[in-house]
Amino acid sequence: MTWTNPLTLLRHGWTRHRDADRPVRTVVSNLPFEHLKKSEQPNRRYEGNAIRTNKYRLWSFIPMNLFEQFHRMANIYFVGLAILNFVPVVNAFQPEVALIPICVILALTAVKDAWEDFRRYQTDQQLNNIPCFIFSRKQMCFVERRWKDVRVGDFVRVLSNQIIPADILLLHTSDPNGVCHMETANLDGETNLKQRKVVPGFSALGEPFQPQTFDSTVVCENPNNNLNLFKGYVERPDKRRTGFGIDSLLLRGCMVRNTDDAAGIVVYAGHETKSMLNNSGPRYKRSKIERKMNTDVLFCVVLLFFMCLIGALGHAIWLETFTSMPSYIVPDSNGNYTPSVLAGFYMFFTMIILLQVMIPVSLYVSIELVKMGQIFFITQDVELYDEELDSRVQCRALNITEDLGQIQYVFSDKTGTLTENKMVFRRCTIMGTEYCHEENAARLAVISGANEEEEVTIYQQTKLPPLFPLEELQDIHTGDKNHANTQVTAANRCRSKVAAGAQSDMAFSSPLETVVVPDRKLMLEVERQMASIQTGPYLDFFLALAICNTVLVSSATAQRQRVKGRRNSSYSGGSFHKMRQWFRKSSLGKLFTSMKSFKRGGETLTDPFSIDEDEPSVFHSSEVSDVTGQKGICSERKVKSGLSGSEEVCYEAHSPDEAALIHVAKAYGFTMVERTPHYVTVKLPNEALLKFEVLDILTFDSTRRRMSIIVRHPHTSEIIMYTKGADSAVMERLGSAFSDMTQVDIEAKRLAVKTQKDLDMYARNGLRTLCFAKKVIGEQEFRAWSAVRQEALSAMDEKEERLMETAAFIENNFTLLGATGIEDRLQESVPETITALRRAGMQVWVLTGDKPETAINIAYSCKLLEHEDLVFTFSTSRKSVCKMRLEDTLGEVRRSTLSPGAGRSSAFDGPLMEPSIGLVIDGPTLSMAMSDELVEQFVELCKHCRAVLCCRVTPLQKSAVVKLIRQKLRVMTLAVGDGANDVNMIQAADVGIGVSGQEGMQAVMASDFAITRFKHLQRLLLVHGHWCYSRLANMVIYFFYKNVAYVNLLFWYQFFCGFSATAMIDYWLMIFFNLFFTSAPPIMFGIMDKEVSDSMLLSLPELYKRGQHSEGYRRSTFWIAILDAFYQSLVCFFIPYWTYNGSDIGIFAFGTPMNTVSLFTIILHLAIEIKSWTVVHWVIIIGSVLVYFVVTLAYSAICISCNPPSDPYWIMHKQMADPMFYLVCILTTVVALLPRYTLHVLRGTLAPSPHLRARQLERLPPSYREQRIREWRGLRDTCISPSVRSREHGSSPCPSA
Amino acid sequence: MMASSYSAKEEDGHHTGSAGLGGAAIRTRKPDNTAFKQQRLPAWQPILTAGTVLPAFFIIGLIFIPIGIGLYVTSNNIKEFEIDYTGTDMSSPCFNCSQSFSWNSTSPCKCVLFFSLDQPFESNVFMYYGLSNFYQNHRRYVKSRDDSQLNGDERSLKEPSKECEPYRTNENKPIAPCGAIANSMFNDTLELFYIDPNGTKTLIPLVKKGIAWWTDKHVKFRNPGGSNPNLTAVFIDTAKPVNWRKPVYELDTDIENNGFINEDFIVWMRTAALPTFRKLYRIIQKKNNMTPTLPRGNYSLEVIYNYPVRSFEGRKRMILSTISWMGGKNPFLGIAYLTVGSICFFLGVVLLFIHHKYGNRNNSSDIPN
Repeated sequence: MTWTNPLTLLRHGWTRHRDADRPVRTVVSNLPFEHLKKSEQPNRRYEGNAIRTNKYRLWSFIPMNLFEQFHRMANIYFVGLAILNFVPVVNAFQPEVALIPICVILALTAVKDAWEDFRRYQTDQQLNNIPCFIFSRKQMCFVERRWKDVRVGDFVRVLSNQIIPADILLLHTSDPNGVCHMETANLDGETNLKQRKVVPGFSALGEPFQPQTFDSTVVCENPNNNLNLFKGYVERPDKRRTGFGIDSLLLRGCMVRNTDDAAGIVVYAGHETKSMLNNSGPRYKRSKIERKMNTDVLFCVVLLFFMCLIGALGHAIWLETFTSMPSYIVPDSNGNYTPSVLAGFYMFFTMIILLQVMIPVSLYVSIELVKMGQIFFITQDVELYDEELDSRVQCRALNITEDLGQIQYVFSDKTGTLTENKMVFRRCTIMGTEYCHEENAARLAVISGANEEEEVTIYQQTKLPPLFPLEELQDIHTGDKNHANTQVTAANRCRSKVAAGAQSDMAFSSPLETVVVPDRKLMLEVERQMASIQTGPYLDFFLALAICNTVLVSSATAQRQRVKGRRNSSYSGGSFHKMRQWFRKSSLGKLFTSMKSFKRGGETLTDPFSIDEDEPSVFHSSEVSDVTGQKGICSERKVKSGLSGSEEVCYEAHSPDEAALIHVAKAYGFTMVERTPHYVTVKLPNEALLKFEVLDILTFDSTRRRMSIIVRHPHTSEIIMYTKGADSAVMERLGSAFSDMTQVDIEAKRLAVKTQKDLDMYARNGLRTLCFAKKVIGEQEFRAWSAVRQEALSAMDEKEERLMETAAFIENNFTLLGATGIEDRLQESVPETITALRRAGMQVWVLTGDKPETAINIAYSCKLLEHEDLVFTFSTSRKSVCKMRLEDTLGEVRRSTLSPGAGRSSAFDGPLMEPSIGLVIDGPTLSMAMSDELVEQFVELCKHCRAVLCCRVTPLQKSAVVKLIRQKLRVMTLAVGDGANDVNMIQAADVGIGVSGQEGMQAVMASDFAITRFKHLQRLLLVHGHWCYSRLANMVIYFFYKNVAYVNLLFWYQFFCGFSATAMIDYWLMIFFNLFFTSAPPIMFGIMDKEVSDSMLLSLPELYKRGQHSEGYRRSTFWIAILDAFYQSLVCFFIPYWTYNGSDIGIFAFGTPMNTVSLFTIILHLAIEIKSWTVVHWVIIIGSVLVYFVVTLAYSAICISCNPPSDPYWIMHKQMADPMFYLVCILTTVVALLPRYTLHVLRGTLAPSPHLRARQLERLPPSYREQRIREWRGLRDTCISPSVRSREHGSSPCPSA
Repeated sequence: MMASSYSAKEEDGHHTGSAGLGGAAIRTRKPDNTAFKQQRLPAWQPILTAGTVLPAFFIIGLIFIPIGIGLYVTSNNIKEFEIDYTGTDMSSPCFNCSQSFSWNSTSPCKCVLFFSLDQPFESNVFMYYGLSNFYQNHRRYVKSRDDSQLNGDERSLKEPSKECEPYRTNENKPIAPCGAIANSMFNDTLELFYIDPNGTKTLIPLVKKGIAWWTDKHVKFRNPGGSNPNLTAVFIDTAKPVNWRKPVYELDTDIENNGFINEDFIVWMRTAALPTFRKLYRIIQKKNNMTPTLPRGNYSLEVIYNYPVRSFEGRKRMILSTISWMGGKNPFLGIAYLTVGSICFFLGVVLLFIHHKYGNRNNSSDIPN
């Protein structure tokens, strides 16, 4: 909705104007006024809920679209020319004909716009017609209406899993606690549920809602786009006011979850809803090539100006030479002759008309078409398709494809981008004992190892349909002792096969994360404690794991309705989802039914995987319950698994860490079964239920870096605080609670030291660490604290600070329980991708919020840093230290780079000659380094660094870093991230890439391209980026060349016609020439040319550097093309000229061979440039030539006197009957193309570019090619003495740049 | 995500579309694995190196050189004779005629030029008049005509096109043929005499038919009034172009060569491409195989000098030329072919040398697959 038409604007302006008078919006119920006319409604001035995002209406399409299009510079130029044609003094031949190109271009664009707009219209219609329930006073109940019927002041009821039609103030829910859960994935991509509370006092909890009794006035702020801010109050007739905030507002576009129904009064509707106000349409970026191109277009304008000036001066001087006017100079209608100076002045404009093609206006249209084609091919790439998520790469920005080929700096997020953001529990340490969970590790190894290839081969070997050989599979895995492991693996495979793309409907709930195989030793320990004392640090540890979080246990209904692929296309909501779901149910249900026959009888149909009753049924795949779609699976399972310890609960976690931890607890038998605002219920391994009363929750924040939950133990009535947090945040607050007992004190210290050692080990292994601690609070102490807390909660100002203080006050003197190490596994082929990007000359930076230790470990494991690298770590809190360090390091770096004498001159071997330098810097230091006085040095240092790792950075810092590098170094930057914290960075970079991963769609929404895996970046940049860049660059250069070459023909002719702006080529043919005869080949060239194959590009990432250094399109390339165009046009003009000079040839007979010759030259010029000829190329090239001849012949056979003054009648036929015509054509074409051809040949022989060498390699037989590639790469790395090498091998695979 | 982005919607559209088709297999968004969509179409990938293009250069050289020789010889065999009769020189017989000029003078100025041919002209001889510095290709001049009038359109005859201004009407009568081109039509008359060695003058018969394009004469140019032989009646309400001495229907006495389809007129109306041009005036047809069309000897050219060229320093010439398949005499193309052919051949040799010296290091890549 970026565009609003003038009328809406006017209307908006009007309403806004009136709104501006009232700082607030007051809404009353519509019900008492239901019978009134619209003009008498109290809420009439608020917008309705129908939305319209299409720009045009049927009647206004043409004028408005024209108006739109004329905003573009190029079109204005065109229209200016068209108007100029109608000015009599410029003596245009046929003003009407001049309109054709502009009309064609406008029409093309209009068709495109209309199509896009129509689609917008269709989706609007779909949205507007979604059913919803509105309260009707007449019928005294909620009746079904459409979304578009909703008005401000209506009462709307939303059922579970329905999409909310407008912004609704929540007045009633079916929940006894007056809360309603809402999923905002559609809005911000966050998949966790948000809680909304009823505005108190309007409907008694648990009773039916009675809107007709609502007689209050809702006062709230005017519509704004802040999703997290909303305030207002409800005023009753008796002037009592109840305040409310954002936590009472149901937002349009979100989905109600876990709540049977919710109802409320509409406060904002349609375009005024927060979600609509937050919509920004697709972004328009201008690519680097386009920016460059625009300056070149300006050069063309200058060139045109000079050519016209020469024409004007020439004409004036030519006229001056006559003493009396000869008979071929035609006076005006009064018989007077224009003075020569004035005639020259007029001639300037006539020349502009004649030479207008010099400015390649059609270039813009062609580029748009080319980019559409390029995007088509990118999205069609099957290698970039993610089977699991069933999603292709998305191109959201339509016009920066070629920027992908020019990236110099890559800024990457870590979590979720480099890593999978699937938290996998790896190790824990409890009371100083480390449990390494070997079995779990083995399971993970099996999962990752057996992933793709193995699976496929197995299926191929057994030649059985993928679903059936479950049993066989288990047999194949003979090495696995642990039955559950195999089970999981097989199940995992099945999952990827059965429901391709059905991964994690539930956030953070893939089996990888949910399934934990308990450590035997620890299990025994737990059982021992469980059996004996019912309490102890082990139990405390797991209790902390189970309850110290904000995880919600979701109900069966919510679970059932979750639908795969929601993230990708949740746009139009319910109906499609239902339909799709139905398909899933029916088709997959059948599969499962057939599967059943494989199993022993008596199995429940619902769970195809729980084959053995006695196995720990740890595996629960939400998808399975999803696809089978049986009502109340969860409850059914609960009953069923009551025997074996009910595990089948579904958790909705805010963060993957929490999800991982709660599943660990579950694996050891500590299952959280219920969470209400006031109670948490945990089932113990011995099936006993513990119901803790929750006294307070101190939520996580980034300064404290820990969270605590204060509960009352049901048995002992002790007040216990469980805390988890970052190790530093917890370790420094360990208290000596048992200070009187020195022995224990020493023990605690020893414990802390031991745990710290383990933690360090975890961090070294790249695990995310969390510490768990416990504190028993005395009743008195708690009561005192609680009072302070309450006061802080109700404080008006400095609430945050005071809450923090209170939290800090209570959170001390912890008793350490233990710590966990969670692995965030690297995504597939991340190291390879980073290495490839690096080899392609890109500097890879990782910006993460993680702590340095973890980040460094990840950096090593993903090959961002190598072990032989020189790594500088910057972490200081003082600016002076930072400055000093910076200076020292810079000096050292300079020394080391300068000493080998290898300058950075050569783009190809520069960086590799230097010792690799890595830089690790943390957030606070970074902000110091980026301060004004240090920034230059910092940037200087960064230039020398091979890898930079920024830890503990905030989202804002991320974008600041990107901006800094982008501006200071003037480089092309790419940012890739997956979460909301990367949005700033993605938007700041030249190219923003969103990874649609676990953390929702926010990053994707802000991005230009959306991928599903980090490894896709490699192909996207190295292959598609490279292709798009070189294609577009070549196309643009060619376009300039083409126009200049053609126009110059006309220009040279001016020297022989008294600069009178005569064209020797028929006007129609001239227009057709650009519009039809020579337009398709360059577009095809821009979409389909392939210099180097994708496999070569991937195996030789060095080839990417050409794009980085803009070698495909430089100023010099442009001027060479222009010079070549001049040369070719000279040849194309003067060879026919000398051939026909002095003969009796007529103007248009003279122009015909020239036109033909330039067609040949222009097309064959392209043929030289085309690197790979497919059928399409042949068809289009030959087709263009054929079309030229057919059209010209037909035209000159038909047009007897239809196109004065040229009247091409029979000229072409006459020429084609003349052998001279062919001789001229052949000679001219050869001469025109000879230099370029020879140059290509010489370059290809004497100084082949890396690309050419790559193409040559491609022709080699595969085995030999491998060897050559290795040679090349090896040489690349140790490119010390190429001369020696070349002598040895008789060849030098070390290409010169 | 309401209407948040175009591409998101696009996908949705895709989904709804495919959902209707039904079946689990169809609903995947996996791109088709076709050669076209995956950009794997079989392709020919030429690599331009000395080794691969060597033959091309030699072949071009070997083809072009014979063509060049052929063209050169052909051009040399064409006999051409040119005589300038502008009369700017005091000594020239036409000097007087060139000095006094008026478009409308009734008394024709006549001058006689003598020349001799050193070689006999064997085949048909084409007689041209040549003009220099005459910009028939001037933009406004080129435009200044009405083709539908020339095509015999009655309405255009009465109401000529605006492009003809200011030669559109004269004394409120439409001019036929209108426009500057017609108005400035060449109107010298040339006659050729053979002077026997014994001094007798023989008029050489000049054929004036067949000098215009067939299509021009029969399709493009038509007299108004269809086949009405009485051209005077047809053109009754028109005026003659201001510079003309006689109206268009008196250009010739032959009804087939009168009015708009007068071939001299048609030839003039096909505007020349360059300021120095020749136009076919007459054809001297070969009588028999025994005698040459124009034997060597002395000739006289009698010019009725009407056409002024002094104002633009133009020159007028009479050209006699035999003709071959390549048209008139022009050595340029032959020389050009020879030169280019030689250059290509030379380049071929250079490339051969380069290929030998440097190409080896790529040899490994020339291994056939």
